[in-house]
This record gives sequence, C-alpha cells and structure tokens, in this order.
Amino acid sequence: MGHHTPLYEEHVGAGARMVDFGGWDMPLHYGSQIAEHHAVRQQAGIFDVSHMRAVEVRGADARAYLRFLLANDVDKLKTPGKALYSCLLNEQGGVLDDLIVYFLAPDWFRLIVNAGPAENDIAWLRAHTGRFTVDITPRPDLAMIAVQGPRADHAASQVLGDEGYGVLARLKPFFGAFAGDTFVARTGYTGEAGFEVLIDAREVVGLWRRFTAQGVVPAGLGARDTLRLEAGMNLYGHDMDTSVSPLESGLAWTVSLTADREFIGRPALVRQRAQGVMRRLTGLVLRGSGVVRSGQEIRGPWGSGTVTSGSFSPSLSRGIGLVRVPAAAADGDACELIGRSGQILAARLVAPPFVRQGRVLIDLDGEGR
Amino acid sequence: MSKVPGDLHYTKSHEWVRAEGAALIVGITDHAQDLMGDMVFVELPKPGTRLDAGKECAVVESVKAASDVYAPVAGEVMAINEALANAPETLNTDPYGAGWLFKIKPADPAAVRALLDASAYEALLASET
Repeated sequence: MGHHTPLYEEHVGAGARMVDFGGWDMPLHYGSQIAEHHAVRQQAGIFDVSHMRAVEVRGADARAYLRFLLANDVDKLKTPGKALYSCLLNEQGGVLDDLIVYFLAPDWFRLIVNAGPAENDIAWLRAHTGRFTVDITPRPDLAMIAVQGPRADHAASQVLGDEGYGVLARLKPFFGAFAGDTFVARTGYTGEAGFEVLIDAREVVGLWRRFTAQGVVPAGLGARDTLRLEAGMNLYGHDMDTSVSPLESGLAWTVSLTADREFIGRPALVRQRAQGVMRRLTGLVLRGSGVVRSGQEIRGPWGSGTVTSGSFSPSLSRGIGLVRVPAAAADGDACELIGRSGQILAARLVAPPFVRQGRVLIDLDGEGR
Repeated sequence: MSKVPGDLHYTKSHEWVRAEGAALIVGITDHAQDLMGDMVFVELPKPGTRLDAGKECAVVESVKAASDVYAPVAGEVMAINEALANAPETLNTDPYGAGWLFKIKPADPAAVRALLDASAYEALLASET
C-alpha cells in the first residue's frame, strides 16, 4: 500500500480508480478521464496534488544556495511571490528532478518537488548545504490542490472568501501569495488558467468539498497527463531523468549559463553544448487514427527516435507524444511511428505545445499555417 | 462492482458471448472496459474472416492501453459493429448492449457451452481482486 494524501477517502468515496504514482495511492480518474480533461479545458477541474512535496529553504544564504543548486537562476526572482521553473541537476548534468521555486522573502524560498524523487531531493539538498547558512525543511503538513480551467476563478470567488479571492485576483501569472496561512499561486500543469493552493492538510478536505460543490469537476492523474502533454510540459521520469540533460529535454530555456554563476551540473552542460547537443525533445502527432505510447520507436530520414510520453489527445482526437530525436530532426518533418504489433503509422514532428487555453496551437495536418 | 449478466457466456480473457439463434454476439465485459478506461479506438476483423478459438482477432484501445480481444470460439465473422468506429466510448457506456464487437457463426454450435457461465466468471473476477 502506498502513501495516502489527506484527500484519499474523498477520492475513494467519489468512486475513483486508484493507482500507484511515485509511491502514493492517487486517483487515475473518477469515471472518465476524457470527460475530466474536457471539463478542465472548457469549465474547471480540481486535482489533488498533495503527493508533491513543499520544501522550505530558509536562511541568510537561501538565495546564494539556490543559485548553486538549481540550473535556472533564482536571481531572476526580484519580486516576492514570483515563481521560477528549474531543473535540479547532478554533477553530470543529469536531471534529478524538476521543480517550482517561489521567492517568498530574502531569507525564504519554497520549492515544490515531485512525489517520486522527493526523498532523494531532500537528501540531496541537505547534502549540499555546505558553506551556506540555510535550513531545509520539508512540509508534509501541507496539502496541495490545483484548480484549473476557464471557470476556476469564478469558483474561487465563491469559495475563497473576499480576502482569499482578493489575494488571488491580484496575482499575475507565475506569482503566489499568502491569504492568511493559505498560499495561493497562479501556477499549474494543464495549460489552462487557474491556480494552486497550499493549505494545512487538516483543512484541505473542506476546501475540496467547497470547490466541488461549485461544480468544479474532480480530475485524476489520467486527465492531468493528457492535459500537460497537450500543453507540451515534461513529466519527470518519462521525458527526462538522470540519463539526460535539460539541453536534450526541451528545457534549454530553463538553464541560465551566465558567466557569473557556478552551479551543480554547469561544467557538464557547458561541455555538452561545446561538443554539440546530439538529441532534442519535440512533439509528435499522428496523421491518422491510433494512440502514441511511451517507449515506441519513430523513424525518419535522420535516423530513429523514442517516444518519451504518448497518449491520445482528447482536444485534437489524435495520437500525440513527446519524442527524443536526433538534433537534425526538424519540426514539420514527416516520420513513422512503429506501432505495438510492428505496423507503421504516419506521423509528423511538431513544436509543442499542442493545446493551451482551450486553443489548438499546432497545424494538425501539416499543410502550412 | 462490475456487472455480470446471468444469461451470457464468458471467457477468462474477459470477452462475453450471447447466443442469438445460430449466431454468437461477442463483446468485452464490464470489468474489462472498467479496467481499461476511456476507449478511443476499436479495430475489428473483416466480415468473412475465419477465427480460431483463443486467437487474437480484434484490438480495443483506451487512453491507457491497447488490448487484444480473443475469439471465444472458432467460427466465421458474420458482421461487425460499425458504429464503434465513430463512438468507441459505447464500449464504456454499454458494454453488453450497443458496445458489442462482432457476430460470428460458430464452427461448432456446442462450443459455447465450454465457456464460463456467469457464476464461474464472477468467481474468476473475485479471485483476481
């Protein structure tokens, strides 16, 4: 049996099919993951993401420490509340995890890390405090929910009260702020408007019920996966892990290689860039019917590649995926996907994202856009 | 709890069979569709195809996984459920009715009696959980 979030009973009571995810028993869906997907794109859905771990980084050297630990540069964070996406790298430039870091105060940053790698991350963070005056404090006492979709804010206006909603309504994208003890942030993993809430684990069931009472649809990991895939967002453990660098994972934009900063993994990335990055991550869309599955092979004039994430896109009614391909493979190139029984399916490389804010962002049939 | 209608025959690979005159209608069980989740594609054999008992003859594919469907008994495909091409979700909503897959003319009309009855299939499900 895996770990249970404070919302476990709520999921079971709602008829969820529970699955193991990173050592946690989590809802896969509550009946139909496609219906949940559409609810988020068109209305609003609510996700239990309490399996993810908040970790406080506090102390006089918090900023200097995170500048050394993270591939992205927390010095970009000037305004309290601002968030940054970054990879945590090992010395070889391999990705230990990807995370969000919130700048809360000069001596206080908050990280949100993935469930599976969380324990390793915390050990890594503690092992590298070294010369820095900093404390690393995991927050298993906090639960986390994500409310996503075009109607998310309307629901929040009914649920969070004047003070809470007032704080949320003033937030710009990728900012967070406290409303009392509750932390609300304009972040998410679906490509839709919405927010996430970090709250005392003892209060999350009540909050969840108030949102669902407003018609916000409980959505499971199945919908979360197709939504993030359509939005072109990587999933740790699938699209990147310690065997690849961010430069091979479509995440070069999250690596800050300014001259003034040393960080763990930097020498390896600089070396890789100088030698030439041989592989890259991009998107794949099938021309006809079929579903793309993680691990499948693709072939093109430039050689072969591998599907790192694949599914059926409910918004496009097409098989889509993220693929790791040779650097020479260009978006727009035709290629072939090798199906489960060896059959060949016509496909095309496309630059993700596929869908965001309810809008299709790729040219489905490659006939020019 | 999955539905297991009493008047059908079942296989260990979670197909159901309904006798209709001399023909047999084949589908996948409520348990199977529930395990697989939202169906997105169905690949059916062409009418006229001869099926061998226990051999894969169709594919049902959900968001989560693709799964083979096995011929419950030997026979010839008489008809397929064309409507599934545009509405694969019918497999989820009505697995024993509108979600039928294909109709076969069995090589041996008695072969269906060797399949599981509802109580044997229920026992199989109980042993799997």
